[in-house]
Amino acid sequence: MLTLERIDIRQDEFRLTAEFKVDDRALVAVVGPSGAGKSTLLNVISGFFAPVGGRVLWDGADITDAAPGKRPLSVVFQDNNLFPHLTAFQNVALGIKPSLKLDKAEAVRVNDALERVGLVGMELRKPGALSGGQQSRVTLARLLVRGRPLILLDEPFAALGPALRVEMLDLVAELVRAEGATLLMVTHHPADALRIADQTIVVANGVAAAPVPTQALFDDPPKVLRDYLG
Amino acid sequence: MADRAQPLIRFWPGFGAAALVAALTLGTVLAVALRAEGWAGLTPSDWAAVRFTLLQALLSAAISVALAVPVARALARRRFRGRSLLVTLLGAPFILPVIVAILGLLAVFGRNGLFSYLFGTIGLPAIDIYGLHGVVLAHVFFNLPLATRLILQGWLAIPAERFRLAASLGFASDDIARVLERPMLRNVLPGAFMVIFVICTTSFAVALALGGGPKATTVELAIYQAFRFEFDLGKAALLALVQFTICTVAAGLALWAHVPEAGAPGLDRAVERWDARGSGSRWLDAALITLAALFLLLPLAMVTVHGVPGMAGLGNSVALAAGRSVLVALAAALVTVVLALALAFAVQAVRGTIGKGVLEGIGYLAIAASPLVIGTGLFIVLFPLLDPVSVALPITALVNALMSLPFALRALVPAVAQVEHQFGQLADSLSLHGWARLRHLYLPRLRRPVGFAAGLAAALSMGDLGVIALFADPEAATLPLQMYRLMAAYRMDEAAGAGLLLLVLSLSLFWLFDRGGRIDADT
Amino acid sequence: MKSTLIATGLLALASTAQAQEKPVLTVYTYDSFVAEWGPGPQIEAAFEAGCGCDLQLVSAGDGAALLARVRLEGARTDADVVLGLDTNLTAAAAETGIFAPHGLDLAEFDMPVDYQDNIFLPYDWGYFAFVYDQKTVPNPPESFEELAASDLKVVIQDPRSSTPGLGLLLWIKAAYGDRAPEIWEALSDNILTVTKGWSESYGMFLAGEADMVLSYTTSPAYHLIAEDDASKAAAKFNEGHYLQIEVAAKVASSDQSDLADQFMEFVLTEEFQKTIPETNWMYPAVMPSTGLPEGFETLITPETALLYSAGEAAEIREEALQEWLTALSR
Repeated sequence: MLTLERIDIRQDEFRLTAEFKVDDRALVAVVGPSGAGKSTLLNVISGFFAPVGGRVLWDGADITDAAPGKRPLSVVFQDNNLFPHLTAFQNVALGIKPSLKLDKAEAVRVNDALERVGLVGMELRKPGALSGGQQSRVTLARLLVRGRPLILLDEPFAALGPALRVEMLDLVAELVRAEGATLLMVTHHPADALRIADQTIVVANGVAAAPVPTQALFDDPPKVLRDYLG
Repeated sequence: MADRAQPLIRFWPGFGAAALVAALTLGTVLAVALRAEGWAGLTPSDWAAVRFTLLQALLSAAISVALAVPVARALARRRFRGRSLLVTLLGAPFILPVIVAILGLLAVFGRNGLFSYLFGTIGLPAIDIYGLHGVVLAHVFFNLPLATRLILQGWLAIPAERFRLAASLGFASDDIARVLERPMLRNVLPGAFMVIFVICTTSFAVALALGGGPKATTVELAIYQAFRFEFDLGKAALLALVQFTICTVAAGLALWAHVPEAGAPGLDRAVERWDARGSGSRWLDAALITLAALFLLLPLAMVTVHGVPGMAGLGNSVALAAGRSVLVALAAALVTVVLALALAFAVQAVRGTIGKGVLEGIGYLAIAASPLVIGTGLFIVLFPLLDPVSVALPITALVNALMSLPFALRALVPAVAQVEHQFGQLADSLSLHGWARLRHLYLPRLRRPVGFAAGLAAALSMGDLGVIALFADPEAATLPLQMYRLMAAYRMDEAAGAGLLLLVLSLSLFWLFDRGGRIDADT
Repeated sequence: MKSTLIATGLLALASTAQAQEKPVLTVYTYDSFVAEWGPGPQIEAAFEAGCGCDLQLVSAGDGAALLARVRLEGARTDADVVLGLDTNLTAAAAETGIFAPHGLDLAEFDMPVDYQDNIFLPYDWGYFAFVYDQKTVPNPPESFEELAASDLKVVIQDPRSSTPGLGLLLWIKAAYGDRAPEIWEALSDNILTVTKGWSESYGMFLAGEADMVLSYTTSPAYHLIAEDDASKAAAKFNEGHYLQIEVAAKVASSDQSDLADQFMEFVLTEEFQKTIPETNWMYPAVMPSTGLPEGFETLITPETALLYSAGEAAEIREEALQEWLTALSR
C-alpha cells in the first residue's frame, strides 16, 4: 500500500500538500488543471523531487529518501522513455540489468515481454524505426520485466491518436491487472479515467485529494473539477 | 524550400565572408610566395621542425583531452557556489598573452616557482620544467579549459530526461557511463582533440621557452627564421603551406568526426544526477575540480600577485593603450559575429554535406595560419595602396576577428541549424525572409551563442599581438604592445601590472558579452 | 548605433596625424626606440626644434624586422632614414641598394673599435654580456669555459628570432673560431632555455628562473640608476665581449633628401647622443661633453672588443647557426 503522509511540496511560489493512501491493486487516475502539480506529485513519489516535509511509505516502509531506481515502482514519462541509440530488445533488457549482460533465462523474459505487448520481430529495431504506438509498447514491455508493484504513468500516450490511445490504455489496464500491480496515471482526459481507473485523485488549489471512486466523481464533480472540465 | 524565395540574402554574405577569410589566409601566403626571389626545398632541420610540431601537438591534445574528461564529468554533475564563476575563470589561460602565461606558469612550476620551493622545504630537488614535458604542460594549461568546455558541452547536450530515465531504471554510475556517456564521448572527443591539436601546431614562443632549446623548434619558428634570418620569402610561404596542410588534414578529420558546439546552452547548468550521490564520487569530483582549478588558477594568481604592485605605477600611456585595445576588441567582436553569422547562414542554406563542409572549413583556416605570414602578406598587398600605419588598428581588429572565427563558428553553426530545424517552416509559412527573419527569428534565438562568440572574440583580441609588428603605429600602441615596450625598457614591474590589467579587461569583456547573451534569453 | 560609434572611434584613432604644411621626415626605427621612455620623444622634439619639419618615427619590431620591412617596401618605401640596424644586418642591408652614402666626414667615434662605413652611421653601441645578481652568484665565471664548467643556469635568446641571440652566436665564434661547436656543447647543460626575444629572457631572469641572462654590459646601469638597485652586474669574460653597433642610414629614394642629410648630421650631435645612455641604455657613439651619467662608471669595461666586419658576419652566420643547432639539439 502506498501512503503519503503530510507531504508538503514547495517550489518558488508553488505549493502542494498531499495526505492519502492508495490501496494495493487499485487503478487510480490523477486529474486536475494544468500547473496544479500532477506531475510534481508523481515526481515526489518516484524520487525525482524532494518534498520539504512529510513521508512517502510503501507497505509501511519509508522510501522518502530512496534513490529513484531503488523504489518499488516503475515510471513512464510523457516522452523520452527510450534510449534512441539502443534497440527495442536492449531498451527492455535495461529493466532487468543495466549492464545488458543477460543470461539465457533473462533473455527469454525480455522476449516474452515483447511478445506480450505484440512486438515480435521488432526486437532489433531502434526507437527511430518504430511508430509512436510501438515505442509505447516497448516501454510497457520494460514495465513487465521490471515487475515493480507500483506503476506511475505521466500522460504517457498524449502524443498518440485517439484510437491508439484507447488501445494502449486497455493494454496497460490488462497488464497491470494481470501483474497485480498498483497504477497511478496522470491524464487530461476524463474519458481515460472513466475507461480504466476505479479511483481518481483530484489535484487542485494546492491540495492533492485522497482517491475517490471515478464514476461518482465525474457524475457529480466538485467545483474545482467543474471549472477545469468547463 | 524557401531558400529559393530569397537566396541572395542567405548565400552571398556567407560567400563574401568565406572569400574574405580565404583571401586573408591563403591569399596572404600567395602574396608572400609571389614576392619570393627563389625557391628552396625543405631542409632536414625543417623536417625536424615538422616532426617536433606534430609530436608536441599530438601529446598536448591527447593529454588535454584525457584530463578534461573527468573534470568535465565532475563539473557536469555537481552544483556548488561559485561554479559559474569558476567556469568563466577556467577560460582565462586560453586568452592570456603568451609572455604573461609563461611567466605565470614559471612562477608555479619553474626552478624558482612555488612547487620547487615547496619541494625544497622537504629536501627534494627543484622541478626541471624545461623540455618536451614543459611544452606539453604549458599547452595543457592553455587548452585544458577549452577541452573541458567542449566536453562539458557534450555532457550537457545529453537530454536531462535520459538521466531521469536512467535513474528510474536504477542505473549505477558505471551503467550511465556505458549507456549514455561513452557514446557521447565517442562523438565529442575526436573533435576536441583535433581542435587542440591544430591550435598547438602554430605554437612558437611557448614551445621554445619551455622546450629548453632549439630541439623545440616548431614550424612557426622555422617561418620566423626564413623571414628574419634568411629573408627567404619563398621558404616562409612554403613552410606556411606545410602548416596549412597539417592543419587542414586535422581540421578535415575534425569536421568528419563532429565537434560539439562550443557554448550554446548555458554551462552554468548542472544536470541533476541520481547516480552520483555517494560520498565516494562526491569526494572524487571535489578533488578533481579542486586540482583542475589549482592547476589553472595558481599561475593566474601568480600573475595577479606579481601584477598588483606594478599596477599603481601605470601611466597615461598604458591607460590609453588599454582604451585602444578595448576598441579593437569590440570591433573584432563585431566583425567575428558578422562573419560567423554570414558563414553559418550560408552553411545552413547550401545543400550537400561537401558544400557545407568546405564552406565551414574555410572558416577554420585562420587557426592554421601563421600570424607572421598573414601580417607579411597583408603588408605586401596593402603597402602599394596606402600607408600601413594608418590602418594599423582596423587591421589588428580584422585579423584578431579572423583568429576567433573558428570558435564563433563552432557555437553558431549548430545553433543556426537548430533554429532552422525548429522554426524554419513556421518562418517560411509566415514569409519571414531576409532581414525580417534575421531580426525577428535568428538574432533573438541566437543570443546565447552570439554573446559567447562575441565575448570570446573580444577577449582573444585583447591579448593578441598577432600581426601588428609590421603595422604598428608608434603613436597608437595597443595594450599588449605597450606591455612589450615596458619589458623592452626593463620596466618589468609595470609590464606585470599591464599584464594583469590585460587579464582583467579580457575576462571582463568575455564575461559581459557572455552574460549579455543570457539575460532575458528566452529558452 | 554602437557599431557606428566603434567605427568612428577606430577611424579617428587611425588617422591621428593628418597632412600638415611642414615637410615630413619619416624615420623607420625599432619599437623600443619610439616608446615614451625610449630616446624617440626627446630626439623628435630636439630635431623638430631646428628643422622646421615634422619628424615622424615609424616603428617595426626590432632591427631584423625593421630590415625585413624595408626590403618588403623596396624603393617605394616612405622612409627617408632607417635607424636601428646593427652591424650584423648591414651587409644584407647594403646589398638591397636601398641605402645611400651618408657623405659625412667620419668624426672621432668614441668606440672601442675603428669603424668605417660610408653608408651606415653608428649612433650607439654596447657589449653583449651575461648579467647576474651578485647576491645569488658571488663568484661569477670569467670565461665561457668557466661558465661551462660551473653549474650556473643561463637563459639566452634564439639567434633566429632575436638580435642579441645572433650576437651571442657571433661572440662565441669570434672568440673561439673552430672551437665554437665544442664550447656550445660544453655550455648546453648550462643553458636553461632559449627564448624568442630578449624580453622573455630578461623577465625569466628577474623572476629568479636563471642565474644569468644574455643581455648587455649596460643593463646593470638601469637597475642602479632607475631602481637604485646595485645588485645586478655583468660578468666580465677574458675572451673579450662582442660589440653591437647600432647604425642609421639614409634611404636613396628619399623625397626629403636635404632633411635626411640634416638628420644624419643630427645623429652625431650632442643633443642626440646625450639622450642615449639613459633612454636606450647603450653607450653613445660620440661621447657628449657632459660625459656619461652617474652610475655608468660602475659598469665593467671588457679588455677586448670583438666584432666581425659586416661582410664577415654575413658570411659566417649561417655556418655558426648550424653549429649552434647541432650542438644544442643533441
